[in-house]
Amino acid sequence: MIVAEQKPLEEIMRMIAPYENVLILGCGTCMTVCNAGGEREVSFLHNALRLAQAKSEDMTHSFTESTLKRQCDPEFLEQLPERTNDVDAVLSLGCGIGVQAVAERLTDLPVLPGVNTSFMGMTKETGIWDERCAACGECRLDDTAGICPITRCTKGILNGPCAGTKNGKCEANKEMDCAWVLIYKRLERLQQLEKIRRYYPLRNFRTIPRPKRITSNTGIEAGTSDG
Amino acid sequence: MMANSLFEEKLNSGEFVITTEIGPPKGADISEMVQHIDLLKDKVDAINVTDHQSSVMRFPSLGGCLLVKERGGEPILQVTCRDRNRLALQADLLFAYSRGVVNVLCLTGDSVDVGDHKEAKPVFDADSIQLLRIIKTLESGTDTAGNELKGVPKFYAGASVHPEADFIEPQLIKFDKKVSAGAQFFQTQGIFDLASLRRFMQYASQFDVKILAGIIVLSSAGAARYMNRNVPGIIISQDIVDELADVEKGKGLQKGIEIAARFIKSIKEENLCHGVHIMAVGNEGIVPEIIEAANIISVPS
Repeated sequence: MIVAEQKPLEEIMRMIAPYENVLILGCGTCMTVCNAGGEREVSFLHNALRLAQAKSEDMTHSFTESTLKRQCDPEFLEQLPERTNDVDAVLSLGCGIGVQAVAERLTDLPVLPGVNTSFMGMTKETGIWDERCAACGECRLDDTAGICPITRCTKGILNGPCAGTKNGKCEANKEMDCAWVLIYKRLERLQQLEKIRRYYPLRNFRTIPRPKRITSNTGIEAGTSDG
Repeated sequence: MMANSLFEEKLNSGEFVITTEIGPPKGADISEMVQHIDLLKDKVDAINVTDHQSSVMRFPSLGGCLLVKERGGEPILQVTCRDRNRLALQADLLFAYSRGVVNVLCLTGDSVDVGDHKEAKPVFDADSIQLLRIIKTLESGTDTAGNELKGVPKFYAGASVHPEADFIEPQLIKFDKKVSAGAQFFQTQGIFDLASLRRFMQYASQFDVKILAGIIVLSSAGAARYMNRNVPGIIISQDIVDELADVEKGKGLQKGIEIAARFIKSIKEENLCHGVHIMAVGNEGIVPEIIEAANIISVPS
């Protein structure tokens, strides 16, 4: 899933300053799971903004709340226009995709991001999410025993560990496991060490087509500028 | 086969080879670097110029190598993949070759996060092994996109290896891959335990490559502990730290020189490998003293 963190309250207040009526719009999918922008966080943020406003004795803003099942899906975006009557701006707690999907739908309204979209990851334990996929479009997890070196090695290198690894940790962050040590150990357990002995050539970083588009299951085509 | 460089020729001659390295300045004042080059060029067989060592932005390696060349020394260009994509890597290599800089040490490069520009975009379009292959490709007459080159370069390519890594198996696999990718010489990470160098050389002797043992000159016990904590890939054994801690204040560097000289002497006497690479990290001026202390007669070319 997509993992995000809510922006600091001060930053949100600066963003909404020009707008009187603000709709705080949550997202019922990833942002709910990662506690960044679901129905609960919309309500918390609403209260926090009201409180901050009361403290500063500047009561110029009024807020409404709403949460869509998924901001990135046209099916649910259809409900938007009726909820945005008399609104001057939408503060979306959707991920970066949600914010853009809402903006594409609401051509005449400013749509503001209420979260910083961080990564694609998994729930490690309650309240902890770990980045696991960089969406490189060229999955090589078969070669690396199900551990992604693009995401988990700070250098994203393909041919084994650099010499900076110490105690199984990364040179850039002593708290972080060295992806290549993990890969080596798991390949060893799977009796597939020949996979680390292979040479992996330069990656394809070609950025065109970008933005990418997937049509059904037939592959990736060039994005169009219809948004 | 004819050697591509004086450095290669020296290594092929079977002579015990000594290299050292110079870290370029932070800034445009190159006077101290020139002094160091002049001091060292006839005392060692080749001088590496580091490439933003520890990811700290400095005067470029290639600029330093041109200076070494101008002053009559033999340069080894250190190239990391941290800051350049494949276009820039190839361009720099062509430039280097065109100016007679042909010894190239291929490194992945330290993480941007350990340096002084932590917010910079890490490039790593290639890793050290892919960089060695890039060199092979250029030498075959094309660039990495398959386009024909007008004027084909020829290098003497090398890489690094870490015989004292605390988890050696994957490092040895990487060493094999570097040899297959065309590395002809290796300068090792700092050696602080001869037993591990002996073990590594037993393994490495099956390959037709030249190995120079990395000798890091420590200036104090504090510096050793700091390097253990903060410098990627450095593992200084406790007995060395203790030896440094036992000397009176201000005598640390003298002790460090003594330790370095001792290692060099042993490596040479045991004929453990093909030479040494002395890293004086900021104390380039003391390298001649170390060589003298190790009682090695270095024949300038």
